[in-house]
Amino acid sequence: MWGSLGEREERSAAEYRSRERRQAPMSEVSVAPSAAEPLLRVRGLAKHFPVRTGFRGQSLVRAVDGLDFDVRPGETLGLVGESGCGKTTTGRMLVRLLEPTAGTIEFEGRDITHAGRRQLRPLRQDLQIIFQDPYASLNPRHTVGRIIAMPLQVNGIEPPGGVKARVQELLEIVGLNPEHYNRYPHEFSGGQRQRIGIARALALRPKLIVADEPVSALDVSIQAQVVNLLRQLQRDLELAFVFIAHDLAVVRHFCQRVAVMYLGKIVEIGDRVDIYERPQHPYTRALLSAIPDVTKLGPGGRIRLTGDVPTPLDPPSGCRFRTRCWKAQEICATEEPALVSRGGGQAIACHFPESGPVAGESGGTAGVTVEEVSK
Amino acid sequence: MSLSPVEGVALAEIESGGPEVPERKDVVGRSPGRLAWIRLRRDRTAMVSGGMLLFFMLLALAAPLIEMLYGIGPKEQFQSLLDGFGMPLGYSGGVSGDHWFGLEPGLGRDIFIRLIYGLRTSLFIAFAAAVITATLGVVLGTLAGYLGGWLDAVINWITDLTLAMPFLVIALALTPTLVLRFYGEREAVSPAFGVAVLIGVFAIFGWTSTARLVRGQVIALREREFVEAARASGAGLGHMVFRQLLPNIWAPILVSFSLAVPQFITSEAALSFIGVGLSDETPSFGRMIYRSLDYLQTDPAYVFFPGITIFALVFAFNLFGDALRDALDPKSSR
Repeated sequence: MWGSLGEREERSAAEYRSRERRQAPMSEVSVAPSAAEPLLRVRGLAKHFPVRTGFRGQSLVRAVDGLDFDVRPGETLGLVGESGCGKTTTGRMLVRLLEPTAGTIEFEGRDITHAGRRQLRPLRQDLQIIFQDPYASLNPRHTVGRIIAMPLQVNGIEPPGGVKARVQELLEIVGLNPEHYNRYPHEFSGGQRQRIGIARALALRPKLIVADEPVSALDVSIQAQVVNLLRQLQRDLELAFVFIAHDLAVVRHFCQRVAVMYLGKIVEIGDRVDIYERPQHPYTRALLSAIPDVTKLGPGGRIRLTGDVPTPLDPPSGCRFRTRCWKAQEICATEEPALVSRGGGQAIACHFPESGPVAGESGGTAGVTVEEVSK
Repeated sequence: MSLSPVEGVALAEIESGGPEVPERKDVVGRSPGRLAWIRLRRDRTAMVSGGMLLFFMLLALAAPLIEMLYGIGPKEQFQSLLDGFGMPLGYSGGVSGDHWFGLEPGLGRDIFIRLIYGLRTSLFIAFAAAVITATLGVVLGTLAGYLGGWLDAVINWITDLTLAMPFLVIALALTPTLVLRFYGEREAVSPAFGVAVLIGVFAIFGWTSTARLVRGQVIALREREFVEAARASGAGLGHMVFRQLLPNIWAPILVSFSLAVPQFITSEAALSFIGVGLSDETPSFGRMIYRSLDYLQTDPAYVFFPGITIFALVFAFNLFGDALRDALDPKSSR
């Protein structure tokens, strides 16, 4: 049923039809993601915001400072990290809501980093975004039908069978009642609103969706429904996702690959299993050990980081994590560790990577050391 | 129709959460505008003041019709009904069956029909000025707020400059100069020209508050996620402004409009009162009150009728504007 969505009706718009064809053979490709050409290739991506400090003084907030990653067709990449580490900025740069300061973004081999509005047009259809706050992301003055039809309207696409039919089809895809076409956002709950936002992102049949914390504003039971919906869509429509989140459990559930960010940089990137089972960067370990787990109460293997994240106005020299790292040595202050692969698909930016499984038995040493630091 | 387990869940969510929908054919939501209208309908103050406003507007619009029915024009003089000192005969300024509000001392014109025409002048000037200032304010405010950058700086600078200019002094200086520029020293100024000058003066000074308001609202909305969603879909400036931004700020614009109208009514009266506004030929509240001051002791009824009317008009406008604000923004506390 899901797969046949495309063939259900004749599509007159030429653009639309070509999109259908392009999406069709992808199912074979996505089985072996490692072999495929990346859909999205990001190199050295940076965003610096100028801020005024005092009288005539100006300095830069290095919100994102040199990211490298790839997203293959049909793949989900999770972007995790604590608040203020540059996840959202990255997501906004990917869909070109923000202009990158440096670096390149390539989509299907085309450099789109500084493409103008006209060149972006076809691209806008391939790259869509789902927002965090379901209350702010829907225009309160528009009906649900108009909200979902907006991407079609601004791109001048007239789907066969009419806009209304397409909108109702989309409402059905995201699990809402198509009869609610004429309702207003304020008549829906948070979860339903997020589904409307998802339907809007799907309207143009994108290949990649940037999901900026799509579930963090929802309560837990609704979170599961929305994440399951996204998974379902990802499988059926062969979508690639950049999934931005701070909830590690949700990321583990949803993403095939995970990138851990700290202060505007990726400190570790790898397959889900590697990141969650064998994290090598101290920060990843600390982050993972911070997951609340009712089965493991007590100080046990929890790594407690002390202090705050340093200001991105003046990030620490060398490794950015060294100010809070229990393994930091002199080299960490002088030399910035590169994001290098140490076997497998995992890449870590650390001079002294950890080994072995997380926490509990062997991770105890780290825990103890940190405990000392915190006193 | 079993698309996926997800859908089943979501449909259940709708059915349990949302209001029951008996007929499944026509589900039409109530728009925010409609909800505001329902709230307004429930507000008794709004209904009473709104009814008064409607009454005043009908009177102003139907002025020629009323003149026909009443049988007396605004320029007709009834010298025979005045005594030797030019004071109207009879009680309270000559109130009678023929002249409901009495006669003007001196010229002997009928006060009632002059009030009706004065209402027409006042409302026309106030509405025209409010429409022009609102349009100017919305255009400049949206441009400044949405495009930002140097345009914002320039528009802000002009706004500051306009706000810094003393309204009364400029109006006092500007109006006679303008009149002299087009008319000779002794020539009679046409009533339409006087009205146009007044509207022009109001337009120059009145747009700043709307522009400030709209700019602030647009800046607040510009960063909202639904606006970013439209931008991420490739929407152009026209779609952004007319479909995404303006529908969300028409409520404060409407409120500021409805509060600007009474302000212009009083300003017109004030300017006419000091003598820089309309000529004596045009019926206007300000002129009537100005003339009546000479007779404050001998014929208090003359100041009473125009005074009460302008008070009622402005009061009704302000009450209605406040009620409108409450209806459009239910979160604002009373």
